Amino acid sequence: MYNKLIFELSQPTKLAYSLPKSFINDYQMDSSLKRESELVFPEVSEPELVRHYTNLSNKNFGVDTGFYPLGSCTMKYNPKINEAMATHPWLVNMHPLASKEVSQGSLELMYNLERALSEITGMAKVSLNPFAGSHGELIGLMIMKAYHQKNGDLKRTKIIVPDSAHGTNPASATVAGYDVAVVTSNLDGTVNIESLKETMDDTVAGIMLTNPNTLGIYETEIEEIKTIVKDNGGLLYYDGANTNAILGKSRPGDMGFDIIHLNLHKTFSTPHGGGGPGSGPVGVLAHLTEFLPVPEVVKTAGRFELNYNLPNSIGQISGFYGNYSILIRAYTYILCMGKNGLTEVSENAVLNANYVMARLKDYYLLPIDKFCKHEFVFDGLIDKSTGVTTLDVAKRLLDLGFHAPTIYFPLNFKESMMIEPTETESKATLDSFIDAMIQIAKEAKEDPELLKNSPLNTPVRRVDEATAARDPQLRWVDRTY
Amino acid sequence: MEIKEGLLYSTDHEWIQVEGNIAAVGITAFAQEQLGEIVFVELPTIDEEVKQEDTFGTVESVKAASDIIAPVSGKIIEVNETLEDSPEIMNDNPYGAWIAKIELSDAGQLDGLMDAAAYAEFIK
Amino acid sequence: MHRYIPHTKKDTEEMFSAIGIESIDELFADIPENVRFKGEYDLVRSLCDVEVTEEIDKIAKKNRIDMIPFIGAGAYDHYIPSTIQYLTSRSEFATAYTPYQPEVAQGTLQYIYEFQSLMTNLCNMDVSNASMYDASTALAEACMMMNNATKRNKVIISDTVSPNYVKVAQTYGKFRGFEVIVVPSKDGTTDAEKIKLMLDKTVSGVITQTPNFYGIIENSTAISEACHEVKALSTIVVNPLAQAVVKSAGSMQSDIVVGDAQPLGIPLSFGGAYLGFMLTTKKLMRKLPGRICGLTKDIDGNRAFVLTLQAREQHIRREKANSNICSNQSLNVLAATIFLTTLGKVGLIDMADQNYQKAHYALDKIVTLDKFERVYEADFFNEFVVKSKIDYAVIKEKLEKNNILPGLHLGDNKILFCVTEKRSATQIDKLFSLLGEL
Repeated sequence: MYNKLIFELSQPTKLAYSLPKSFINDYQMDSSLKRESELVFPEVSEPELVRHYTNLSNKNFGVDTGFYPLGSCTMKYNPKINEAMATHPWLVNMHPLASKEVSQGSLELMYNLERALSEITGMAKVSLNPFAGSHGELIGLMIMKAYHQKNGDLKRTKIIVPDSAHGTNPASATVAGYDVAVVTSNLDGTVNIESLKETMDDTVAGIMLTNPNTLGIYETEIEEIKTIVKDNGGLLYYDGANTNAILGKSRPGDMGFDIIHLNLHKTFSTPHGGGGPGSGPVGVLAHLTEFLPVPEVVKTAGRFELNYNLPNSIGQISGFYGNYSILIRAYTYILCMGKNGLTEVSENAVLNANYVMARLKDYYLLPIDKFCKHEFVFDGLIDKSTGVTTLDVAKRLLDLGFHAPTIYFPLNFKESMMIEPTETESKATLDSFIDAMIQIAKEAKEDPELLKNSPLNTPVRRVDEATAARDPQLRWVDRTY
Repeated sequence: MEIKEGLLYSTDHEWIQVEGNIAAVGITAFAQEQLGEIVFVELPTIDEEVKQEDTFGTVESVKAASDIIAPVSGKIIEVNETLEDSPEIMNDNPYGAWIAKIELSDAGQLDGLMDAAAYAEFIK
Repeated sequence: MHRYIPHTKKDTEEMFSAIGIESIDELFADIPENVRFKGEYDLVRSLCDVEVTEEIDKIAKKNRIDMIPFIGAGAYDHYIPSTIQYLTSRSEFATAYTPYQPEVAQGTLQYIYEFQSLMTNLCNMDVSNASMYDASTALAEACMMMNNATKRNKVIISDTVSPNYVKVAQTYGKFRGFEVIVVPSKDGTTDAEKIKLMLDKTVSGVITQTPNFYGIIENSTAISEACHEVKALSTIVVNPLAQAVVKSAGSMQSDIVVGDAQPLGIPLSFGGAYLGFMLTTKKLMRKLPGRICGLTKDIDGNRAFVLTLQAREQHIRREKANSNICSNQSLNVLAATIFLTTLGKVGLIDMADQNYQKAHYALDKIVTLDKFERVYEADFFNEFVVKSKIDYAVIKEKLEKNNILPGLHLGDNKILFCVTEKRSATQIDKLFSLLGEL
């Protein structure tokens, strides 16, 4: 297995770059402004560099190499035409501060995507500026606060977050300057109406929900929840992490959500890129459009321009206009899928999840035994006597050529294992995953040590996270091993 | 799970050893087991005045973080700097790894804490 | 069925029977009638690849791309080695998830570690995270980190910091509840004396930038020292390319360094996706937001990389986390890492110096025209401000008509021009002669 760092390939005088020789070399910077120390940078040739990063790539798992049953992450296929369009030279070379006369195409694409996402979610308007899901949450909560402040309603200091929520929900509430009030969930992760009634009062600004929730269950009491929150003057925020389950079936705007965010890197097929860049557009109903961040793209007499003049806007939240290259990919995807294709997405995502659930529930503990949407949660193996944990199952899956599911989340169960197959996986792939999961359940009984020791065949085996955190070695010059 | 006799315990899974007017505070064997391998302890600063229920430090493991809650009010007079370099001793010997010593400002607060038997019942 | 959905009719039937349903609608039956979407989206029907390509191409070509940029202001037209596009397109990198399963994500983790190593060396700091969204949000995070570390609530920003970054910090401040005081500059440079007078124990820190918004190379050492006297912190915004040749942020005793690594191999792409970065000292390491990768060993004793210090992050700390950030701009981290290793020790300095040389050449030529004058005397990197006696609108029209993207108008006919290593003598001379014709 390749095991070199780029620094270990370095040899003086090797070069990988090529620049023309400067036509001018007359100017001298004053020594008081000059860099004081040498760069400890590698010196390598281009062929060696390309081989190095190609070899590194071979140590990675990706959607194109295998199946990711990662709950709440929507690891679907990333269409290659998205990549081709995102690198279109007429889009990729456009400077963000070029005048509107020069940049009509870039602006039009933003405008079209904004309209399409508004239509898909049933919202009045969408801002494409937020960089990621958690950034979208923060911007959405800022909008909520601006709304209450404009109404002179200053006593609302809390945001309600269900106990099954992703960690970004409470963290975003804090950054937006709110306190967090937690409502308990029913066993199936739906909001406990009694708990909500107790918590909801005129000090609550709003509630953050995902629907379907983290356990893949549709919030059927959404009407009741809406009434309780709205009667008390609060707003409803929709965390769009699970939008893949409801495309063409149900729109957050119609459900009564005032503010939403979407994850373009989940539902709209843009690549996860090993952790980003993503994109987290925020949509609002008509009564909140005045609070959206600046700038917005507007269309006047067939021409497009950026508008910064929104007196009630929360303000600017990005250097420019968000992760633009991701927006191109999402727009390409929407054109490829069309209205018919998007409905097929949710139907097949939900079909795949229910199929895997049905085939595995005799082996893994299914706490909520009813139809799910795009994902579901097992609470570990049914037979807990072997001592084999969810972590062991996850690590063994790596040996068998699959990525692990999302594990130990949601917090509702001790051995959570959250599975989301997405619509782009074939039945053959799902069957081989199911076979692997059944094999692991058998191995847990027959040879638990095998699972405790797994993975065996991956580029590295289980890593020592405790030492990494106790004695952090975060750069090449610090290394002691 | 070891629960040491002669110490007082809080509902936040801390042990308190009182000597005269000084209370040494650490986390219980139960708490360290819940956290897993401890990798970092953020200690309070000496001379800091803390009120009962204030957060005055943090214990971090690989996959969790837990606030250290002042079980009593008072002034921090000493901190256990050994923990900065060797936080793992909280796993190895939780009742030896005191975090801070607090000079009590209200000894009456001790009456609200549990003894070993009550804590054993509490974590059942 | 759509081409991205691989089920045959037989597959679907077998799956229905395994689940025990006869129609897909049964799986959606729980959606209450009144919130069920019954129509169709007002969108096109699915297009084939040829149609999609034509549609995007039609929109894209409404841009004018035959333009030579002399504009920067936070987004720069630089040399991008072809290795980058090729290597970052590899599916194993591009389609990977966040490296939470380190056994199958060593590729991602290792390039993050290499990035952290390169960035800490470049900026002379101890610790780098695995990136932020962009410079503006990194700056907002720096404000919150300074507040958190000092338990204070007031940030001072020099007005030579890019206005877009300041505006984002102000938005965060308005909601998070911290004060942002913007201090006017003197002759295009931070007014250190004024800031020193404002520093006291209520200030969490001061933010300066080098090269600053006007391109001027600043020395923030005195500001850092003054901060430390009142136990406040110093954050410096840097251009990572300039760091190769100008005084490093660490040598100016900064506690936090932020910026945008877009100049390091990331295309303009109408403002994103770019690459915010954030570095700090060992002392403040555990207050740093965002993902961080560390070196460790696996159970066989082999070198391995893993996300570490995770107890700082939102997925563990929830409402008590220092920041709500979850993702990083990982694929752009790879781009910047390949950029820095392609340029290497010699190339990065060569490239930075060419920016310096060519920008100075351009300014010297432009100010020979009697309708243009230099605005600030201080030395600069690759951007400079000139004031024109001609109306900006006239300049803009003239240059755009002749395929040149003019510098940014700062108001009052002051223009911020940018000249990178990509500009040839011919291109600069063309700009010069067009301005001369006015």
